[in-house]
Amino acid sequence: MSLDPTDLYKEVILDHNRWPRNRGRLEEFNRSSSGFNPLCGDQIALTLNVSQNQIEDIKFDAQGCAMTVASASIMTEAVKGRTVDDALKLFDAFHDCISGKLPPESLDDSEEYYALLGVRALPVRIKCVMLAWHALHDALSENET
Amino acid sequence: MYRLHFGVESRGATSFEDGDTMKLENGSLATPLESDSVATVRAGRADFPILSTLINGNPLAYLDNAATTHKPQSVINRIQKFYAAENSNIHRGVHTLTAQATDIYEEARSALAQFVNGFSVDEIIFNRGCTEGINCVADAFASPAELWQHPSGLISPLSEGDVILVSEMEHHSNLVPWQIAAAKSGAVVKAIPITDSGDLDLDEYQALLKMNPVRIVAVTHASNVIGTVNPIQLLAELAHQHSAIVVVDGAQAVAHLAIDVQNLGADFYAFSGHKMFGPTGIGVLWGKQTHLEAMPPYQTGGGMVREVTMQKTTFAQVPAKFEAGTPNIAGAIGLAEAARYLAALANGGSGPASIDKMRPQLQSSFAALTLVEDQLLAHALQALTPVKGLKVLGRPHHQLPVISFVLDGVHPHDLGTILDSEGVAVRVGHHCCMPLMRRLGVPATTRASLAFYNTDAEIERLIDAINKARSFFGEP
Ligand SMILES: Cc1ncc(COP(=O)(O)O)c(C=O)c1O
Repeated sequence: MSLDPTDLYKEVILDHNRWPRNRGRLEEFNRSSSGFNPLCGDQIALTLNVSQNQIEDIKFDAQGCAMTVASASIMTEAVKGRTVDDALKLFDAFHDCISGKLPPESLDDSEEYYALLGVRALPVRIKCVMLAWHALHDALSENET
Repeated sequence: MYRLHFGVESRGATSFEDGDTMKLENGSLATPLESDSVATVRAGRADFPILSTLINGNPLAYLDNAATTHKPQSVINRIQKFYAAENSNIHRGVHTLTAQATDIYEEARSALAQFVNGFSVDEIIFNRGCTEGINCVADAFASPAELWQHPSGLISPLSEGDVILVSEMEHHSNLVPWQIAAAKSGAVVKAIPITDSGDLDLDEYQALLKMNPVRIVAVTHASNVIGTVNPIQLLAELAHQHSAIVVVDGAQAVAHLAIDVQNLGADFYAFSGHKMFGPTGIGVLWGKQTHLEAMPPYQTGGGMVREVTMQKTTFAQVPAKFEAGTPNIAGAIGLAEAARYLAALANGGSGPASIDKMRPQLQSSFAALTLVEDQLLAHALQALTPVKGLKVLGRPHHQLPVISFVLDGVHPHDLGTILDSEGVAVRVGHHCCMPLMRRLGVPATTRASLAFYNTDAEIERLIDAINKARSFFGEP
């Protein structure tokens, strides 16, 4: 078996790593969460503005590898503007695809987050990709701050 | 200012300052005799079957020796032989196999006593590894005096306000046990800082000893992140002047330096078999016999008692007192074989005829191995330094072939994945040294750690793969 790095680091991922979208911290926010991977030290902090059950704005602050940063960047773009229920549904689908419970086809392959599924071939890096998504789940499951 | 090459643990440039030296074709300095043994050490690579594995379609370039070393065929064979022909429990029963297994196990203890040059065979405690050895000592010092057998002077439990000095470069396994011991006893852990070069700050160390009621100094012989070799002999001398005992984490040193606990002057020395070409799940705690006799046992149960009634138990002598339960018999035997392998490494043949011959052979093997490794280290540093955006962390005075670096614009995890796709195995992350990461100002590093069996070609493959990663992620 040979591992081709381009299967993992697709162009869109490299792009989000170099030019992350929604990076930083919202000055005003009513949801927040943080994630930490003690195995590798990667960290993420999310700030969100949710109003009338809708994610109006979201930013992430992260220190980590390309997979962590790109996944966070892609995730924020994917959920911005969605309703909370919708975002949580996306989380479930994404999580199940990454973990192999669902086939990749259950996600829309025209979406950027579809590119993150390349990590399925490299289980040691799945935690990197999921860090931002778990933080999203935490932020949306908690009550308003 | 102290001379850093203090005592026999020193290696590196000064080891061939004396005597006639000559320039070899490959550019190395060695005496004529050494050049033979250097070639013999290099040929040892062929003894490691895993080194011919293909990884992702490429030959394996294994540069993760600080995590664990590979095993020579002789060690693999020895373990197989034990289970196939000699397996039995030890120290119990009267049948032939059990008597034989007991003899081989105790012979392994003698081999390890030779390996560290202990004062006596009874100072060798077999356990699960370095982590368990340090926990055993830390736990004893946090135990109440009633559990101690002959507490006296230095060798007595910690009490409120006592200070434990732990260096800033310690692996978590030589830090966390002391934090727990401090929490249990009311003692306090204080850090011995490091300098920007990655050496221990000896002035600060002296000051800490002077200003505090220091009872224990816990320090690593060599850093698993930046390769620093600490001047244990000097540290121990100073500690003893202040009535502190010295616990040395030998995990990284044992694959690279001839360990001489008598010369180092430490009180305890802990290490793991798997980092010195032996099996996993086996290690050694060496301690001065009087210390071990005074301390309470770590675990209790079978094999470590003299007499047991329903009310009370008296314990066996050391080392049995510290080996409760059935030990890792095959592991101990495999580890002894690894020690024999190292003794034979520069001396040809299949190993020393008897254990009493091991010590001088070990010394000449490690002398030759050091020459090989110093060349590899020099090559690696020379090749890494010009890579654009790459920064090697720490420049210790005396360094094992263990190098940590960071690369602009490429996170260590991503670099590790790209290197792996090229068959180059390195370690990335914090290397169980979070306080050191903080001191170095990085969240994680990429670490290349070498053993004597690595080659110049593998170092070149590392550099090529790093350059590939740079262009892949876009040169900053
Ligand atoms: C410096 C150092 N100390 C202690 C240890 C722990 O060794 P083990 O996990 O074999 O107990 C390691 C292993 O990585 C190490 O590098």
